[in-house]
Amino acid sequence: MNTPGVYMMCIVAPMSIGHALLGLLEGGPRHGYDLKRAYDERFGQDRPLHYGQVYSTLSRLLKNGFVTDAGVEAGDGPERKRYAITDAGVTDVERWLSTPEKPEPYLQNTLYAKVVLALLSGRSAADVLDTQRSAHLDTMRELTRRKSDGDLADQLICDFALFHLEADLRWLELTAARIDQLAVEVNR
Amino acid sequence: MTLLRAEGLSKSFGKTQALDGAGISIRAGEVVAVMGPSGSGKSTLLHCIAGILPPDSGTVHYRDQDLTAMNDSTRSELRRTEFGFVFQFGQLVPELTCLENVALPLRLSGMKRKDAERAATDWLARLEVEDVAGQRPGETSGGQGQRVAVARALVTAPKVIFADEPTGALDSLNGERVMHLLTTAARETGAAVVLVTHEARVAAYSDREVVVRDGRSRDVEFAR
Ligand SMILES: Nc1ncnc2c1ncn2[C@@H]1O[C@H](COP(=O)(O)OP(=O)(O)OP(=O)(O)O)[C@@H](O)[C@H]1O
Ligand SMILES: [Mg+2]
Repeated sequence: MNTPGVYMMCIVAPMSIGHALLGLLEGGPRHGYDLKRAYDERFGQDRPLHYGQVYSTLSRLLKNGFVTDAGVEAGDGPERKRYAITDAGVTDVERWLSTPEKPEPYLQNTLYAKVVLALLSGRSAADVLDTQRSAHLDTMRELTRRKSDGDLADQLICDFALFHLEADLRWLELTAARIDQLAVEVNR
Repeated sequence: MTLLRAEGLSKSFGKTQALDGAGISIRAGEVVAVMGPSGSGKSTLLHCIAGILPPDSGTVHYRDQDLTAMNDSTRSELRRTEFGFVFQFGQLVPELTCLENVALPLRLSGMKRKDAERAATDWLARLEVEDVAGQRPGETSGGQGQRVAVARALVTAPKVIFADEPTGALDSLNGERVMHLLTTAARETGAAVVLVTHEARVAAYSDREVVVRDGRSRDVEFAR
């Protein structure tokens, strides 16, 4: 999975990197480079972590007592320091897993604003919606192709994005069907 | 290469104007989704361009032949040899086994039973439903039945497959499997697909979309 840009429309809130790294450390101590690789492989998709992010996150986790120093791996190279998760870290992962993500009103705000502004300015709101539909469908095609070529993990990740884009499109169609009504209300 | 081109199609049922100057253009081998709200005229458009329903006005050209100017028997011959059809349901003959259903179009073209059934067996296998070959359509699940219907549409190596909500009665997983198998097989055989759907995830298997609204279509290719 490495076609850039496909997740531009994707509505997943930025992942809590700290929690993801802690979760990966539950499998045993690792050094920073190893963690970055594991993260990128499983969750990175279009957005691999920068080393800077990994080390700044780890030093924050260290400061908060969620990870601890687990010694230096044999061999040379600058970053052989290994980290282990602490009990407080495990508790934090548990809290993260049991707390639902905030259901965000994602794109509607922007799209709704575009539709209203088009109507207010006498432009075509239907064109705004048609353009958006076409862009959504292009992204959905790309995800669908990727799904066909991918393994189960790819399929599940793409399906998540596909269902969310589909929800946007349903809102779009419903709005398109009510555009005349909305025009009257907006211009009243 | 443009395979099918319809222009200025209008069609009324009594006082209802189902099509009002719709146009569409289909190139060889492409998968085109026809989208739009319920009642917008998608099925009517599909029936008109497939030569099933005569429009009140407008033209439909398949290659260099005008479907609207043909007599009925020439038109149904063209449908039988060049087109394949998949509908939401009810297209298989209930008295025949699935194998006989898939072999039927070949038998109607005069192919020997043995050859027809061998070809039908191949297609059932490609659609991953070889195990229902001996069952009647009523004895299969919705998803299996649709795969059999897709096999039947493809067995004659048509140039265009017309599919009207082919996954409409299936759940997401089965619907997507049918779409994957249908579009993969179509791409392998070079058949174009005209796919009517109001589901975006189904339309995502297409190369491009044509949107129908109030009997008028918006086809970007057509405008070129
Ligand atoms: N045989 C018919 N007799 C009378 N009216 C019809 C007939 N076929 C279609 N219509 C009308 O023509 C219009 C367009 O119908 P059509 O079936 O083409 O819509 P559609 O876009 O396929 O809708 P859906 O998504 O619900 O299948 C509708 O108002 C419908 O009621
Ligand atoms: Mg219909």
